[in-house]
Amino acid sequence: MAAFRGASAKVFGLKDNKSALPYLLLIPGLLWLAIFFIVPIFSLGQMSTKVPGADIGEFVQEYRFSNYIDAFNSSKEQFLRSFLYGLLATIIALAIAYPLAYAIAFKSGKWKNILLVLVVAPFFVSFLLRTIAWKQILGEEGPVVSVLRTLNIISVNTSITSSAFAVVTGLAYNFLPFMTLPLYASLERIDPRTLEAAGDLYANGFTTFRKVTLPLSMPGVVAGTLLTFIPAAGDYINATILGSPSNKMLGNVIEARFFKIVDYPAAAALSFTLMAAILILITIYTKRTGTEELV
Amino acid sequence: MKNLTKWLSKNLIRIYAFFAFTYLFIPVLYTFVFSFNDSRKTNLIWKGFTLDKWKNPCGAPDICSALGNSFVIGFTATAISTVLGTLIAFALGRYRFKGRSATNLLIFLPMATPEIVLGASLLTMFVNLGINTSILTAIIAHVMFCISFVVVTVKARVASLDPRLEQAAMDLYANEWQTFRRVTLPLVAPGIAAAALLAFSLSFDDFIITNFTAGTVNTFPRFVYVSAGRGIPAQANVIGSAMFFLALFIVVAAQIVSSRRKAKI
Repeated sequence: MAAFRGASAKVFGLKDNKSALPYLLLIPGLLWLAIFFIVPIFSLGQMSTKVPGADIGEFVQEYRFSNYIDAFNSSKEQFLRSFLYGLLATIIALAIAYPLAYAIAFKSGKWKNILLVLVVAPFFVSFLLRTIAWKQILGEEGPVVSVLRTLNIISVNTSITSSAFAVVTGLAYNFLPFMTLPLYASLERIDPRTLEAAGDLYANGFTTFRKVTLPLSMPGVVAGTLLTFIPAAGDYINATILGSPSNKMLGNVIEARFFKIVDYPAAAALSFTLMAAILILITIYTKRTGTEELV
Repeated sequence: MKNLTKWLSKNLIRIYAFFAFTYLFIPVLYTFVFSFNDSRKTNLIWKGFTLDKWKNPCGAPDICSALGNSFVIGFTATAISTVLGTLIAFALGRYRFKGRSATNLLIFLPMATPEIVLGASLLTMFVNLGINTSILTAIIAHVMFCISFVVVTVKARVASLDPRLEQAAMDLYANEWQTFRRVTLPLVAPGIAAAALLAFSLSFDDFIITNFTAGTVNTFPRFVYVSAGRGIPAQANVIGSAMFFLALFIVVAAQIVSSRRKAKI
């Protein structure tokens, strides 16, 4: 494998360039990211240790690091819930997307391109409209609940929406293409002859999958799970539309601290903690694969 | 019976894929069907078929001004982020230079940061600087989160180019600029188009970051979110469905064009 990569690097190699050209190409875009991504993250860090001033919406820098402890203690529950829901949604999305990506990559023949378009197509309908559609389909006046109630599968008092189940499946649904596309990309790269070779060496279907297909598709699994988990853990739309107040996630708390309570320092401390927690998780998770593959 | 089990086990993955697609399309179908609902204010229960909402999509108050703002933000942010991102993609896909891995990290980080943190940090900076949030700050924010996705999409295309094509052009006495203009750019163009489409759909659909950075400017997702409480007018379903068909049309047309071009070669 390594030798193969070395050979391809020679053909499609990067140019060594001592001129200023690559930097000239980078400057405008990286400057934009520096000013509107890096600087704001620093502002957020500064805000997180401030304390309320004399007027509402005015904050004074006191380097009060216990803001973090206070903010975390007051929303421990939502914090853990965000990570739990994000994790569950990622697992569900993986379970749905892996066989789907596999079928498109290996079993679709000439339909491949059309099926790929169909994977992305639902996401051209606004994210909010789709989430609200789920709410109405699964809601009190929707068809699913009334059928299940007539068949006595669920009782009159049981609902599907306003539950953890609805929020988690909503998250899994909404971020499904972020899972399917990287999985497809890595599965499609596998040479079908390697699978045939495994069969020739008396591996059955399951062994071939476990020893050949799955390891070769790992870059897609890593990229897909990250691209699903990150937005899912930070989301608050699904929890707002599909959940009840007992399903609130960290995003709901941050949003409320910003817009309803106008407690910017606490909101900043929570945002910073969320970002740090996710970055630590990514670092541990991608320690072996590296990020060059992801970008 | 034995044949049936054999058929089932052979086609299990296809059956699974069929159900996955059904699951994907249920809300789309629901949105489309209810765009024909003869409803008044809320669009919860089926009241009968009508084409009125399709004839008059601006019939609900504020919906078309919100849509217009979404288009302004979407087009501007797409144009700027596609240019900036494509330049970065060429630098990363072509050259080895000092600071390459730092650049990769800076591209990766915005994608690894939850939207709510991006929105919250931008709002904090704008508040600190005393800048009032408006459509301009929303565009700035959208460009920021679109750049990384453009870079990733275009870079993949640049990296997969066969450098021998450019060498051939050079052998035929094309100078560097002519080679870029006549060979490289046309080959990378589909990647740039895909990146622009991706950027536009990310921008058009964004709610969280817009909510933090657009001040009081109404956008289509904001309109839907705010009206969710008292019931969404069927016109929102019309616009959602129309956007769906428009995007589908663009993607399918692009596929046909590219397969024709391939057939020619």
